[in-house]
Amino acid sequence: MVTAGGARRGGDVVTAGGARRGGGVVTARAVAETVTDPELPMLTLADLGVLRAVAEDGGTVIVSITPTYTGCPAMDAMRDDLVHALHRAGFPDVEVRTVLQPAWTTDWISAAGRRKLVAAGIAPPRTVARPVSGAIPLTLGPPLGPVRCPHCGSARTRLVSYFGATACRSLHRCGRCQEPFEHVKEI
Amino acid sequence: MSFDNAYEAITEGSDGRWAFGTGFDNPLAGIDTTVPADVNAGDLALYSLMLGDDALIMSHRLQQWCTSAPELEDEVALANIALDLLGQARLLLSRAAAADGTGRGEDWYAFFRAEHEFRNVRLAELERGDFGELTARLLVFATWRLALLQRLVASRDPVLAAVAAKGVKEVTYHRDYAAQWLVRLGDGTGFSRARAQGGLAAIWPYVPELFSAHDVERRLAAAGVAADPAGVRGEFDDVLAQVLAAATLDVPDVAGGVAGRAGRHGVHTEAMGYLLAELQSVARADPEATW
Repeated sequence: MVTAGGARRGGDVVTAGGARRGGGVVTARAVAETVTDPELPMLTLADLGVLRAVAEDGGTVIVSITPTYTGCPAMDAMRDDLVHALHRAGFPDVEVRTVLQPAWTTDWISAAGRRKLVAAGIAPPRTVARPVSGAIPLTLGPPLGPVRCPHCGSARTRLVSYFGATACRSLHRCGRCQEPFEHVKEI
Repeated sequence: MSFDNAYEAITEGSDGRWAFGTGFDNPLAGIDTTVPADVNAGDLALYSLMLGDDALIMSHRLQQWCTSAPELEDEVALANIALDLLGQARLLLSRAAAADGTGRGEDWYAFFRAEHEFRNVRLAELERGDFGELTARLLVFATWRLALLQRLVASRDPVLAAVAAKGVKEVTYHRDYAAQWLVRLGDGTGFSRARAQGGLAAIWPYVPELFSAHDVERRLAAAGVAADPAGVRGEFDDVLAQVLAAATLDVPDVAGGVAGRAGRHGVHTEAMGYLLAELQSVARADPEATW
């Protein structure tokens, strides 16, 4: 379904009734879009592609979000933040739903989100070609070649570890400026 | 703002500050968990437990590496892998709860079942060995699970299909992590090579069990709901051969097989009782606690 406003990043959008605040009408979608990721606070859930839809059903605002990683403990915080933000904006009835399919991919991180990641010193994910059929190939070397350093732009970087401080990030070091940095790894 | 104790400080104004205790205790919230009409709900519940228990018990063994890994980066990596598997376990145990119609929460399955009610393969529960053993076990587990999950993406149960689609992406990284370590250890020094080869030998007797289908797996595979483990042996062997060749390691010459019942039937090794005693101790000491 595409609404009059056109298909927007992050899924189908139905503008909810709207609460009056400061003289203007604030839509539930606009409020939900201000909520940021608890682990990557420079990104909103919309930038991250986690916010899939905001709809209204008989006075209840229904927000659909999709987990980045199945075990990501930030999911509970996101639900909590969404509910509180909408309550504060005057939407008393809020339901947060989980959408598992299609599975989240880093391809859904918006262009603005990628710019914000670089500005925060985190290398954004690259777009990967995904095999459509057959066994998933084993990777014994660094995948996809080097990640560009978000500080100096050098491609002379090396992977330190596939797994960083959160499930979605890997650790790298730049061979030119010597800075360590994180990278939102492609899934 | 001052507080009399640290607990008060961290729980102050708990609204929105803490993820837990906020009532979001169902990871399948808002997902349609209706069992497809022609699928046996009892079988689906048991199958979900099998896949969920594999993830839960393997995750617990990985968590036991916290503070014991050789390097900080690997400590973090193992904790991340354990977290991914725990996330999969939560969804799968919740899927079992929705299918069996009891309305129990995921915690009941993790904390209040007895040993014989757990359906995980025995590979997952084995006593923790050294880093060579961990690497071998994780490679075998992740290679097997990835092959299963990839097939489950086409499951006729939409919940299992969705959980599998997410899991595939995660377990691909787990398999690569373990494979790369096994290559480093095997193709490293004589000492590291011996540890890696010893690790493979220790877990190899439990490999045939992975491909021995339980009746429920066979029935659901025929119905297009499950992945028949017998069907992924070829792919598993190919991946293992590729890694072992790069690692200059040999396929262990260890006899092993499954005669009779094993993990999928609730028959476990001695290690399982000790594992559950630790995993369940807090919940059983205070059964009404919430977190």
